[in-house]
Formats: sequence, structure tokens, C-alpha cells
Amino acid sequence: MRLPQPCGPLSEGVVETLRARPQGLHAVPEPRAMGDVTYPLTDRDLQLALWVLYELHYRGFDDVDDPRAEWDPLLMVSRAALERTFEHAVRELVGATPQDAPALEDLGDTPAEQVTAALVRMTARSGPSEVAQFLHRRATRQEFCSYLAERAVHHLRESDPQSFVLPRIGGAAKVALAELQYDEYGGGRPDRLHQALFARGLASLDLPTDLASYVEQATGATLASVNLMSLFALNRRLRGAAMGHLAAFEATSSLPCDRILRGARRLRLPEEVADYYDEHVEADAVHEQLAIRGICAALVADEPELAPDVVFGATACLAVDGLAGQVLLDGWRARREDRAAG
Amino acid sequence: MSKRRVVVTECPGGPLLVRGADEVVGVDGTAAPVERAVVAVCRCGRSDRLPWCDDSHRDRRRKRSP
Repeated sequence: MRLPQPCGPLSEGVVETLRARPQGLHAVPEPRAMGDVTYPLTDRDLQLALWVLYELHYRGFDDVDDPRAEWDPLLMVSRAALERTFEHAVRELVGATPQDAPALEDLGDTPAEQVTAALVRMTARSGPSEVAQFLHRRATRQEFCSYLAERAVHHLRESDPQSFVLPRIGGAAKVALAELQYDEYGGGRPDRLHQALFARGLASLDLPTDLASYVEQATGATLASVNLMSLFALNRRLRGAAMGHLAAFEATSSLPCDRILRGARRLRLPEEVADYYDEHVEADAVHEQLAIRGICAALVADEPELAPDVVFGATACLAVDGLAGQVLLDGWRARREDRAAG
Repeated sequence: MSKRRVVVTECPGGPLLVRGADEVVGVDGTAAPVERAVVAVCRCGRSDRLPWCDDSHRDRRRKRSP
């Protein structure tokens, strides 16, 4: 994969620095005054800069010559500054989310019971999302493909962030996370690797299967939803939030995947596209139970002080992914209105 | 070789998690092969994919649209 086209001073600073210096310490990119960032969660420049820095920890870039860039202390300084702004915005959004839930201590006798009840409660009312309903009933083939392209940034790296959490937790929670990840990674069958299932769906539509093609067009909000997983997974202090995020994601996935599957069939898209969503209806019904009861409940039984973080991570998942979904819906609506007016 | 254990775990308000089974026989007598390490078996009867759970217990509506 090659470095993406920067789209503002922050991403330009990061991309140019990685491109320019073949070896040695990388200068801290000239930070755009963070005061210019009005809303970090949709700011494509900030999210792209952060995404590039995170990608150094996954598969990296072919045109970054210095293999040590991943742990370059000056790039770490840049990442920390971007992360601070990002995390602050996520906490503000979560704080502004209406909470009608009782206090954790009123939800059960033990931290495990409390967290289980909180996670079940906050995900219980979510039926299929508005995005999934749109794809099911209304989307054109082109709109459906634009959805796949937007989500590719997530699905082509699906489950990788959470793998960073495995060594950071112990006991029953670690065992349950490993069990969930084993299923995500194909259950011993390379052809069932979930990332590969998604890539096969893209290929069946003659769409590119490399991540770089999709990063170039992903919105700031989509990059934020992906960066959120890296933020939680790559910072050990946020391991509770990472697992709460996973639980909320899995618990709100089966029903939407079922709708998207029906949308794919309505549009007579190739079976490879349907296969990805078909797999996720069943898999995520299992993963939801593993994530809530196996991972999160066991994690807080082991480390009770993580209970508020687990709930924070779950709330952040629903809020940030909800924002990304809203941006998608707004885009489809605006393009339909343009066409109707034109 | 150690004997393989089959473990069934009840999820309150949700499915049964089954580990280590080879097949699940549905109410119509059809045996569904188990193709993942852990499977979720429907308990509410509302799933469109019986015997597997498809999270329909969360969906308030009884009838699912095609």
C-alpha cells in the first residue's frame, strides 16, 4: 500500500515527513493549530493524519523507506497530540449522549452483572440502523457500492485492532477474546477469513480490493470510526473501552447485516457480496454473547475498576458509528436531491 | 487422546452457546452441521435460520419481511 494523498496541513505534515526521510528521526510535522479543528470527529485532515500514523502499526506503506518509522519518538509525539484532540472530542460526544440508564451500581450486585446489564440495555433498543434499512429497501446499485467502498476501510482490516488487546488482558476474558478472534480469522480456514470474504465481495463487483483505494475517498467520520478502534486498542489504559466497543459493535451487527443481505439480494448483487453479510448474521449473534458475557463480564470481574471504561467504549462505538452512518445518509440524500434538481 | 467436551451455556434472554458439538438436530429432524468453534442455538423460535440464532429475539416485530 502507498501513502494516501494528504488533504490538509496535518495529514500533509505526516505524509510528507514519512515520504521525505528515508532514515533516522522524523521531524515532528508542523502541527496545524488544533484551534482550527472545529469538529475532530468529522475533520478529514486530522483523521487521515491519525490513520496514517496508526497504519504504521498494522501493515505499513510501501513508500515509507524507514522500517523504524513505526516507533519514531517524534512521530509518537505527533500521534499523541492528535489522539488527545480526538479522545477529548469522543468523550464530549459520549457526555452529550442522552443517558437514561440507571447508575452502574444500581444494575447489579457485582461489576460483571452491572456491566452485562448496561451493555444489554444500551444495545437492546437498536433495531436495524437507518443505513441498513436504506440499503435493504431503497438503495440503488450505485449507492450500495458506495456503501461497500466506505466500509472497506473497516472491513479490509476487520478484527485487527482487537488483536492488540489480547496480551493486555488475562484469564477468562483473554480466552473469550481469542475464541471470538479465531472465528473472525476464519476458524482455521483461510477462505473464511472475514477480511477476505469482504475482499471477495468487492472483487465480484470489479471493485479494487486494496485498502489504499478506499482510504482516498473515505469521509472523516468513517476514518474516525476506524481510528477509534485503534485508539482504544493501541493504548493499554483504554483496554476496557476497546472491549466495550467490541461488545457494542457485535451486539448491533446481526440485524443490520440481515437487512443489508436482503438489500444485496434485492439488487441481485453477486453471491460473494451476500456471503459476507450472510456469514455475519450468524457469526455476530455468537460474537455478541462472547463479547458481552465472555469478555466484558470476565474482564471487570478481574479488573473491576475498568467497568466505567467498558461502558464508555460501548457508548463511544454507538455514538461515533452513528455519526458516520448519518454522514453517509446525508450524502445519499444530497446526491438524490441534486439529481432531482438537475 | 483426551475426550472432547461438549459444553452448553445459557445466555439469559438469548441463545444457547454450544461448544464442541458436531451437529444440531432441528425440530423438523434435519441435522445442521456445526461449522464454527462456538455456535448460538436459537431458544425463542423466531430465528429465520433455525436452529441458529440470528438475533431476532432483539427485533420487536414478530413477522420478518422477505
